[in-house]
Formats: sequence, C-alpha cells, structure tokens
Amino acid sequence: MMDSVLPLSQVDASHRPEVGGKCFALAEMSRAGIPVPATVCVPTRVYQSYVSATGLRERIMLELNRKPFDGKLGPNMRWEELWDASLRIRNMFLRTPMPDELAEGLSRAIEARFADRAVAIRSSAPGEDSETVSFAGLHESFINVMGTDSILEHVRLVWASLWSDAALLYRRDLGLDVADSAMAVVVQELVPGDRSGVAFSRHPNDASQAVIESVYGLNQGLVDGTVEPDRWIIDRATGQVVSHDAAPRDERLSPGAEGVQLEPLPTALSRRPPLTSEEVKTVFDYVQRLEELFGAPQDVEWTWRGETLSTSSALGKTSEAGRSSGLVVLQSRPITTLGHEEADDGRRWYLSLRRSFENLQALRDKIEGQLIPGMIEEARALAEQPVDHLSDEDLAAEIDRRQALYDQWVDVYWDEFIPFAHGIRLFGQVYNDVLHPDDPYAFMDLLTDTEMASLARNRALEQMAATIRNNPRLAKGLREQLADGEDAEIDEAFLGRVDDFVNRFGDLSCAITEGPHCHVRPSQRVPDALIEILLQMSRHPPSHKDRFSNNDGGRSQVAMRDEYLRQFEGDERARAAELLDLARTSYQLRDDDNIHLGRIEAQVLVAVSEGRQRLESRGMERVEAFRNADVAEALRDLNFVPEAVPEEDETDGFVIRARQLVGQPAGPGVAHGPARVVVSQGDLLAFEHGEILVCDAVDPNMTFVVPLAAGVVERRGGMLIHGAIIAREYGLPCVTGVPDATSLIRTGDILTVDGHLGIVTLKKRGDAAAGASGLSSMD
Amino acid sequence: MRDPAAIKSTLQELLASQRLAVLATREEDGHPYANLMAFTVSEDLKTLLFVTGRATRKYENLCAEPRVALLIDNRSHAASDVHEAAAATVLGDAEEVRGEERDRLLPIYLARHPHLEDFASSPSCALFRVRVRSYYLVRRFQQVTELHVR
Repeated sequence: MMDSVLPLSQVDASHRPEVGGKCFALAEMSRAGIPVPATVCVPTRVYQSYVSATGLRERIMLELNRKPFDGKLGPNMRWEELWDASLRIRNMFLRTPMPDELAEGLSRAIEARFADRAVAIRSSAPGEDSETVSFAGLHESFINVMGTDSILEHVRLVWASLWSDAALLYRRDLGLDVADSAMAVVVQELVPGDRSGVAFSRHPNDASQAVIESVYGLNQGLVDGTVEPDRWIIDRATGQVVSHDAAPRDERLSPGAEGVQLEPLPTALSRRPPLTSEEVKTVFDYVQRLEELFGAPQDVEWTWRGETLSTSSALGKTSEAGRSSGLVVLQSRPITTLGHEEADDGRRWYLSLRRSFENLQALRDKIEGQLIPGMIEEARALAEQPVDHLSDEDLAAEIDRRQALYDQWVDVYWDEFIPFAHGIRLFGQVYNDVLHPDDPYAFMDLLTDTEMASLARNRALEQMAATIRNNPRLAKGLREQLADGEDAEIDEAFLGRVDDFVNRFGDLSCAITEGPHCHVRPSQRVPDALIEILLQMSRHPPSHKDRFSNNDGGRSQVAMRDEYLRQFEGDERARAAELLDLARTSYQLRDDDNIHLGRIEAQVLVAVSEGRQRLESRGMERVEAFRNADVAEALRDLNFVPEAVPEEDETDGFVIRARQLVGQPAGPGVAHGPARVVVSQGDLLAFEHGEILVCDAVDPNMTFVVPLAAGVVERRGGMLIHGAIIAREYGLPCVTGVPDATSLIRTGDILTVDGHLGIVTLKKRGDAAAGASGLSSMD
Repeated sequence: MRDPAAIKSTLQELLASQRLAVLATREEDGHPYANLMAFTVSEDLKTLLFVTGRATRKYENLCAEPRVALLIDNRSHAASDVHEAAAATVLGDAEEVRGEERDRLLPIYLARHPHLEDFASSPSCALFRVRVRSYYLVRRFQQVTELHVR
C-alpha cells in the first residue's frame, strides 16, 4: 500500500487534487519559511479505500438517493430530510472502524509524528477552498485530540462531515456532484495560542484596506461566533491602523482535558486588546506576505503563542513551528471572488445549521420570553375582532391582512423556531458520539417524556371518550344532538368538562381548512366537531397509549439518562445535562410552536370561512377548493374565477399509479390499513379507527385523530417534524418525506406502512389484480 | 412522480437503452421459466416484439399460456446498481404474429436487431407480439410506479 499520510515536505502541486487546498497551502507556506504547525495530510485515497473496503460508499449513496438529491428528476430532498440522512450517515462512520490494514498504516504514521501530543484535525476537501468556492466552516474540525485511537476516530468524523447537511446543501446549490465527493484530512500539532484570530489581506469591500480580528484563547471561539473579536482596519498602502473596534472581551476558548472549553477571561486581560499595535503590524505583514506568496488576497487563520516577538524575528525564521513562541499560521485560503458579503450571505444560512450551544441558549430565551408570548397575543387579538359585520371589500382586506400576519409568523417560525430544533440534533450528535448506539435515533427516547400540548389535549379527549363509552345515555344524547342539531339533555358535569376543554384547546372545528362544522351555533355547548370525534373514539377502546401516560417507560429513561451522563466527568457532566435540558425544550417546542402557529392560522380561516359562506350564498360553486387569496379576490371581483387544479393522472392511454413509495423511516413498525387522505377538516372528522393518516404535513391541530390511526404517512420529511414526533409518542409506524403523498394516495387505498425501511406500498381499493402480481415481498 | 409524461419518457428511455429482456413463461407443470431475449418496443409502449425458434421450450410454453412477464433493466453490474439502476417489469399477453401482420412488424424488429436478420427470417422462427397490460417501474431501489394500459 502507498503511504497513508503525506508530511508537508512531500506535498507538491501534483498532490493538490488529493490533499485539498488547505493542506497544499500549508505545504507552500512551510516551504516559504512561514511558521505553520507540524502537519501531516491524510489524502483522499485513504478516505476512498475506507469507504470502498467497508461498503460505506454504497450505503451513503442509498441514503442520499431515496429521493432525487438535486431536484432534476423530482422533488428535492427537504433539508430536514437531509438532516436525517446526514445523522444516519454520521452514525455509519462512527460505527464503522477502519479496516485493520488501513488503521495500522495510519496509526504508525501518526504515532511517529505526534506520539502523545495534542492535535487539531481539520478537513481539507479538494475544491473546498478556491477563489470561487468556499467551504469555510462547513466541514468539521476537532481541536485538542490526543492518542492515536482517538485521532483515528476523529479522522472518521471529519470524513463524515463531508456528508453534513450543511455541506450537502451547499454542494447541491453550487451544482457539485455529491457522488464524486472525497475528503482529505489535515492532522496538525495543536498550537495552544494565547491569542488568535483571522485576517483578510484585503478588505472584501474596500480594496485599499486589510482587516484583522483577534480574540484571547483559541481561534475556534471566533470562527464559530462564540467569542466576539477585537477588529482592526488597516490601510494597505501605509500599514497604519485606520480604526480599532474593541470587543467586550469576557470569555475565551481554551483546550480542556479533551476538546475545548469556554472560560471567563481574567479581568487583567479583558482590559487590554489581545494584540498590541506592534503585533497588529506583525499580523498585517504576514498576511501581505501570504497574499504575495499565493498571488491573491488571503483569508488567514493564525494564532500567537507566548511572548511578543519583534517582527523581524517572527518573520522567516522557523517553519513547522516546533515549540518556539511567536505567530503561527494555521491556514490561508483565497478570499472568494464572489465578494465577501455575497459569499458570506450564501454561506451564512448553511452555517446557521450548526448552531453552537451558546447560540441555542440565547435563542431559547428569545423564543420563550418573546416569540411564544407574541404569538399567543397575536391569536388573542385576532380572535377579539369579529369579521361578520365587515363589508365584502373590508372582509377581503381582512383576509389579506390576516394572511400577511400569518405569513410573518411563518417566517419567524422558519428563522427562529426551526433553527432551535437544532438543539435536538446537537444533543443527538453528542449522544451518538459518546454511545455509538445501533439506532441513530435512540436519543429521542430521552426527550419524549416532555409534556406536549397536543398530548395533553388528546388525553383530555380520551378521558371524555371513556366517560361516553361507559355511559350509554350520554352517548345517545350526543348522537341525537348531532342528528337534529338541537341541544340534547346532557349531564351538566360533562358539559363543564367540555367547556373546560374548549377553553384550553379550542373546539377542533376550525383547525386546518374550512369545513361545514366551522360555525358553532353560539347556543350549542358541545360543538359538532367535538361530538363526532368523541363518539368515534368512544366506539373503540383506546388502542394506543402515549408514552407519557405510560409509566413503564419511566425507569428505562432514567437508566438511559444515567448512562448518558456517565460518559462525562466533572464540568462536562453538568454541561451534558444542560444540553439534555436544552434538547428537551427544543423537542417540546417542535410541538408547541406548531400549536401556536395553528391558532393564528385558525384566525385567518375564520375570516376566510366567512368569505366562503358569502361566496356560496352568491351561488358560487366549489368554494371550498378556493385558496385563501382566491376567496379575497372573489369577494372583490364578482367575475373572478380561480384556476382549477388538474387531478387526473392519465397520459396517452396509460393510467399511472404509485405502487410503492419511498420516504424516510420515522417511526418503527409495520401498519396495514385503509388510507384516509386528510386535506380538509371534513376529512379529519370522517377519520375512522384503524385508518392510516395520510397528509401533506401533520398539522398540530390534526393530531387529535392520531390516537385513532394505525399509522402515519406524511409528505413533509424528517425525523424531527411534528408528525414523526407524535407518531413516535404513540408508537405508530410512520413514514415521512413521501413525495406527493396526498395526490398519489387516495382515501380507501389499502396501505402497508413500513416504518423500519421508510416504504409505503399501495393497493387500490378492490384491486385484487395488483395484489396478485406480487412485485414486492410484502404481498 | 407527479408528471405522467415524465414517467412515460423514463420508461421509453429505459426500454430504448436495452436490447435484451428477461422473458418469464410458465412450464406445463406450473413452474416459471426464464430466458434472455432480444426485444424491441413500440413508440407508444403498448407493444413489445421478440423472436424465438419454434422448437424451444419457451415457444411451447407461450403456445400453452400466453400470459408473460418481462424484465428490462439498465444494471451495470456494480454495487451502485442498487441505487442507480432502473428496472421495468412488463405484464402482457404474447401471441405469434403471421402473414401480413408479420410482414409489417418484422422490419420494425430487425431495424433494432439487424444482425438477427437470418435468424428471424428463418421459417423455423416465430415473431411474437406482446400486448402490454401494465408496467411496474422500479427506481431508487424501492420506488415503484405502475402504468396500466387503458
């Protein structure tokens, strides 16, 4: 076998395609006498032989090809589905050791170089850093790793980060072929700098200036946004400092026992900038020299170890920094020609996919203290404004206004709530890293004892249904009321519980789309929609228990928690517990945010349903199929006809049907039963025990039928979406991310939902022939 | 998936890219029997053509039981087939074509397989037409779509 690693001294231009830009630049700098850390490169051929020998290459492609990845042939994988694919792929890397021969070769080389010294392990993907593309920050780096076994494991994690959701999305948007992706890795001695920073040899927005940013401690704090830097702007022509913005300087990142830790900055240091003006000049001289060396403006990461040295002695004396003091360049890469701002804008979103713990804590405060109360207030304020007295013109305006308000909250949902879901992921990643479980989602079991609003609602429903089940007179009264639309004589105690329920959770009538039940007669104390669902539930014994009401699960959860926490020591254990707490909040919010958003949407629908009624009384037909905007438009314009949506899947004498649909496995188990495709409130109210809920996205206001369902199929994808979480709570087989689920599946089709593999198989109602043809082993 | 025309053209491309199909027939005792056959397909996907010697087991089978299944796929015999390859299972009814119909269809078959001219033109060979009832298109390992002829 060829040498598994290349020391910088052996790297030349011919190696560039297999060592990546970062490693190649380090080799160039080392040759030019610029101090860089002692470094070896693990070229892409090592990655290639690992994924080939272990079969990972094909397993990754299978994960990514559940759906067209690039959207050329159909719907893209949603980014939440990519999270999941990415999580599963990362677990594959974690659980797949290197083949012996490969591990031995690498171990020898690393042992010889680093023995017991701490190292940093960084990605160096070919094509990662060029003048047009920057992957800065998208792949993972690990700082302060010690011991050959641990180094090898972290090399695998850097490889895995080639498949992180952020990196996948970025490559997809750039049109790069993921199948050709490979990763080289840089292993370098950790330079425990006491000041660090980044520098741009040329200001991305002003060619006459350079920028230097610096923090105390390690650079990672600055790069991931945890620690705010001091910032200097320098005139390139004169080398003079144009401006200096001081940071609060209250924290720094430093090496812990393993990894890095954030610690308070001693007061003595927080009073002075991390660099003296002399040192600012030195950094500036370095980056100008690097720009000259590489022939293009450079984005440089550096660190400074030990005492200040004068410019002359720092420059040009030592290469492969050894243990001397002074400035060490960690990496240098071209500033992308896109222009810094633009490139940054493009990447910022991808980078936001990797929120740090601190960012998430801040986001949590904002969500709990500000956004959720804001949503509650918005829904309340809207509910207090009646719409029935408005003129048609005003009602149209009100529909638009409410829609706009709702759309704003949807944006907030995407911008703030969705990123907060990363709390779950961050925890999941830590959990998987320390415990390497068989099931990459085992960590979810540690989150599910969180009380969720929709589960509390469903329990209240089940309790009322139980009362009806045991009280035939009450059941009869309710059935009569439903039949003749007049209040039947109903036990006052029960009515009190209904009032209570409606006050807490609403009357289930205006949840998703307009339906005939949306208008409750004010005199009627038990709303029709509620009666229907309660009667339906009361006809069957409760078939599923949500996990919260089931105490058996409690003990194993305690054991799981202990096992998780035992993996950490000292301060780290406290931090691990905090992370679990954050993840639980994050998990709970995956539900509650939807509920709150649903309340605002319900207020949009109140106005829309008023509009639909008026259109109907004008004699318009099929108004239930109108979009909200169409309703407003039709109120304004008597002649307005909305565009119809074609339904028929027929082409040139062929009828096309889905036979087997592939999504993401989101709740283990296999369910078999008739489909109930839910697109309107009426579909929900028709829901029968044992049916399979098929919908575009499980709306939190739909989940009251989940206890009746045998399984869940959802168009929207991902493990962490609402439907998947609720299905998991009830132990239901669930497949998410099924493209066009609600149009390819019709109510009454017989479905087999394979929640292990993420596959849904369809038989048309009464379609014996399709069953007999036996395409899949599941028949 | 939503676009029927796209499904159809995927199928057309797949069938056009292949010269051989696996043909499954039924033995007298009910046992399935499979062969590799040079085939061609009509533009509208409703008809498949193949040629077989009259002395063969498959000819005997076809005469007794015209219901057949065919498999056409684009595998490349690499591990990546599992996610990359597409396969179509065809169900239909086979019948030997003779006379004028044979004179009309044989050139269509030979246009696809000119090197089989001597074989196909031999009196000991039969030209079969399969009237397609349905296709089952499998992609991405498990994604299955049905197309049924109206």
